Amino acid sequence: MINAPLSELRRALDAREISAVELATLFLDRIDAANPALNAFITVDRDGALAAAREADARIAAGNAGPLTGIPLAHKDVFCTAGVLTSCGSKMLANFVSPYDAHVVALLKNAGTVMLGKTNMDEFAMGSSNENSHYGPAKNPWDSTRIPGGSSGGSAVAVAARLAPIATGTDTGGSVRQPAALTGVTGIKPTYGVCSRYGMVAYASSLDQAGAFGASAADCAALLSAMAGFDERDSTSLERPAEDYSRDLDKPLAGLRIGLPREFFGPGMADDVRAAVDAALAEYRKLGATTVDVSLPNAQLAIPAYYVIAPAEASSNLSRFDGVRYGHRAAEYGDLADMYEKSRAQGFGAEVKRRILVGTYVLSHGYYDAYYLKAQKLRRLIAEDFRAAFTQCDVIAGPTSPTTAWAIGEKSDDPVQMYLSDIYTIAVNLAGLPGLSHPAGFGAGGLPVGLQLIGDYFAEGRLLNAAHRFQQATDWHTRRPAAFA
Amino acid sequence: MSRSDWEVVIGLEIHAQLNTASKIFSGASTAFGAEPNRQASAVDIALPGVLPVLNRGAVERAIRFGLAIGATVAPKSVFARKNYFYPDLPKGYQISQFELPVVQGGAITIRVGEGEKAYEKTVNLTRAHLEEDAGKSLHEDFHGMSGIDLNRAGTPLLEIVSEPDMRSSAEAVAYARALHALVRWIDICDGNMQEGSFRCDANVSVRRPGGPLGTRREIKNLNSFRFLQQAIDYEVQWQIDTLEDGGRIQQATVLFDPDSGETRMMRSKEDAHDYRYFPDPDLLPLVISPEWIARVQGELPELPGAMKARFVDELGLSAYDATTLTASKEMAGYFQATVDAAGAALAKPCANWVMGDLAGRLNKAELEIADSPVTPAQLAGLVRRIADNTISNNIARKVFEALWNGEGGAGADAADRIIDAQGLKQVTDSGAIEAIVDEVLAANPKSVEEFRAGKEKAFNALVGQVMKASRGKANPAQVNDILRHKLGS
Repeated sequence: MINAPLSELRRALDAREISAVELATLFLDRIDAANPALNAFITVDRDGALAAAREADARIAAGNAGPLTGIPLAHKDVFCTAGVLTSCGSKMLANFVSPYDAHVVALLKNAGTVMLGKTNMDEFAMGSSNENSHYGPAKNPWDSTRIPGGSSGGSAVAVAARLAPIATGTDTGGSVRQPAALTGVTGIKPTYGVCSRYGMVAYASSLDQAGAFGASAADCAALLSAMAGFDERDSTSLERPAEDYSRDLDKPLAGLRIGLPREFFGPGMADDVRAAVDAALAEYRKLGATTVDVSLPNAQLAIPAYYVIAPAEASSNLSRFDGVRYGHRAAEYGDLADMYEKSRAQGFGAEVKRRILVGTYVLSHGYYDAYYLKAQKLRRLIAEDFRAAFTQCDVIAGPTSPTTAWAIGEKSDDPVQMYLSDIYTIAVNLAGLPGLSHPAGFGAGGLPVGLQLIGDYFAEGRLLNAAHRFQQATDWHTRRPAAFA
Repeated sequence: MSRSDWEVVIGLEIHAQLNTASKIFSGASTAFGAEPNRQASAVDIALPGVLPVLNRGAVERAIRFGLAIGATVAPKSVFARKNYFYPDLPKGYQISQFELPVVQGGAITIRVGEGEKAYEKTVNLTRAHLEEDAGKSLHEDFHGMSGIDLNRAGTPLLEIVSEPDMRSSAEAVAYARALHALVRWIDICDGNMQEGSFRCDANVSVRRPGGPLGTRREIKNLNSFRFLQQAIDYEVQWQIDTLEDGGRIQQATVLFDPDSGETRMMRSKEDAHDYRYFPDPDLLPLVISPEWIARVQGELPELPGAMKARFVDELGLSAYDATTLTASKEMAGYFQATVDAAGAALAKPCANWVMGDLAGRLNKAELEIADSPVTPAQLAGLVRRIADNTISNNIARKVFEALWNGEGGAGADAADRIIDAQGLKQVTDSGAIEAIVDEVLAANPKSVEEFRAGKEKAFNALVGQVMKASRGKANPAQVNDILRHKLGS
């Protein structure tokens, strides 16, 4: 059961071979056993999970079960969950219990999912290694001395170590796809606006998008179908009819044109990653796809543009954490300014402070045009590159991350090296496109390698279809880290 | 040197609270006076994860305003974040409009002064933009701490910015009054200044006539026309005194203290915030279609300017009367209803009654025209009886007082009932008047003698006696004629 795909869990629940309460207990017990080593969860909500499972069992018994009723899952701790701690991996919110559910959480609750707990993350989703968490880093189940990627590291670890069959995440510059790649699971970030951001604690509003983790493309499709949908409370949410992302999973890949941007296959990529990616592309060709060289000439500008736009928005988004109404307030302070300074100095970690400083700087009078406006122009150029590329291909493929998982502490003192680890994922957020990462084999030391697929707007179904056909033909996605098999 | 050597330059920024039922970015109520923080939703208190959704009603009111002042309603405008920290600003930024406001340009005609010296002037507007209000910090009753009330946070405001077109405090007040009347006229703001629904900031500078603009100081948060006038007058004198003493004006924000009547510095330009404006990524650009604008245009009431022109052109009123009658929607409505009932030919006497006796009586009773006990139909009934010589103007005042007191009932014929019941109908029977005149002449030989000796005053005394004897009902013109005839003059 632990390693079963969602389709099998669904069948077993409906056939009453297992109850939702038994299934939840199975995963809760695994969390209890493994979490001390992996630190994937910030909060485990056994009571809430069992209550939700009992409700799910009642729905199943009444014949009212939907596709996800009774399925256990984990939410990234960036999603507000009524009555359960929503820390965002920060000391600032280490005491914050939301009075309301995020839209995505509410949709999944209504679908009958059973939330096991809230997963570890880089503080306020800022980071690529999960080392920026106030609660300490989540560990990579393939090698617990290594990082799992970030910022949605805890969710990726939970799925990789089968502490939860599926999990939600958010992706602002690669925060679903990169940890999925480094932990050997499948993760998808849909087109910007597909999932409501209401109740998702904002990092960079114009880039943030909820995403899904699963062991396979099929599991991601099932989860994403339940998460997506228009929400009038989010003005950037897109008013489109609901979509069943599982519908086209089995479509043959014959005729699929896969674009290979030459900028993604340059010298930055590690050899073991390159070998796995090349092999995966060969597999796609075997499945009937063709590959075509394309170019994204402005792709190298994605990281500088991102590290202007995202911190600018973050510096404003995080202003509400002022110690006045909720969250951390310094125990002792003098006047109002002192209260702000001490509360924020104590409540935020180093990377968050760095981005607030950068963001404040680039928005300052006299610098705005040179940084923020310029970055917005680059953003348009990058989107234009993709538009041009998609005239030659249906999806774009390449590595998700230039390397496999690195050692905890290895890049902690070098933020720029850390930023460069998102070199292949960030442009996708700047353009607002959907992106997916799926396991593509293993590199040195038996560490997972991910292949990234990028689609045109609303091509989530196409990406999931491609990944699913690949997974029908390969077994990389079924491999489990030995210690957590 | 005197004040006349300086030219005063004033521009106003007015915050009009839009009268939507809910807030500009949340569904919470905007009603005034609730218990603190009872009308603050998750969005208003800026919980983590919440997002703003623009209130269409607020946009509609901005469009209405733009059309009413002949401005451009921007087909696309942008909400921006104005970043600063303050405890009553929950998000740490205010959502406002910066580079692309919803209303651009426009103008309003004001009438300044009274009587012969009155003049008209057109004040140009720079822009009007939508934004959210902040909450309130309460510094009393918290024993060394401050209380925060977020009921007002997120209340929709239209910030209306004028060009520096005003040259005196009188012009500034006339402009503010005209805008105040307009926003109530088009029903976008209740105009309640005590509750802060209409607040003025005044940018004031002085310069040598024809010279370059002087450095301005901004007087914040003036919530009455009287304070606006006092604050500007004080500030102007202070700036002139400072300059004439060889000092320089530093750009600054100042506060007006109504108790002392003085302005005092709040912060200098050096302390000014860098608000780090940037487009709010949570909100899409505000797109207003030509169809939407056309619909709002079709729903606009007749505007004061158009109504004033019509009063002059079609009803033959003076510009002064027309301006006075269109000072408020209620006054104009009352007058229009009175004319509708009395007939356009009686517009002038209707205007005189509305602006004269009625306004005076309302003022004395401290009543608004909307609460007048005399209805437009009743007043029209009275005016008609004067016009058809049923009663004289003097008697009409009596009838008006009776109408005011509810005598004659609630109907349109109340004046007639009072005239009948009290026997106030004017005597126009010349035989009856002649008889009274004869009696008076007989009883006042001394006055007759004096008149014949050339004292015109004596004639007036005799008229008075006749009117008195007729208990005011004799037609004054006839009395005059008959007396002159009898006295053989």
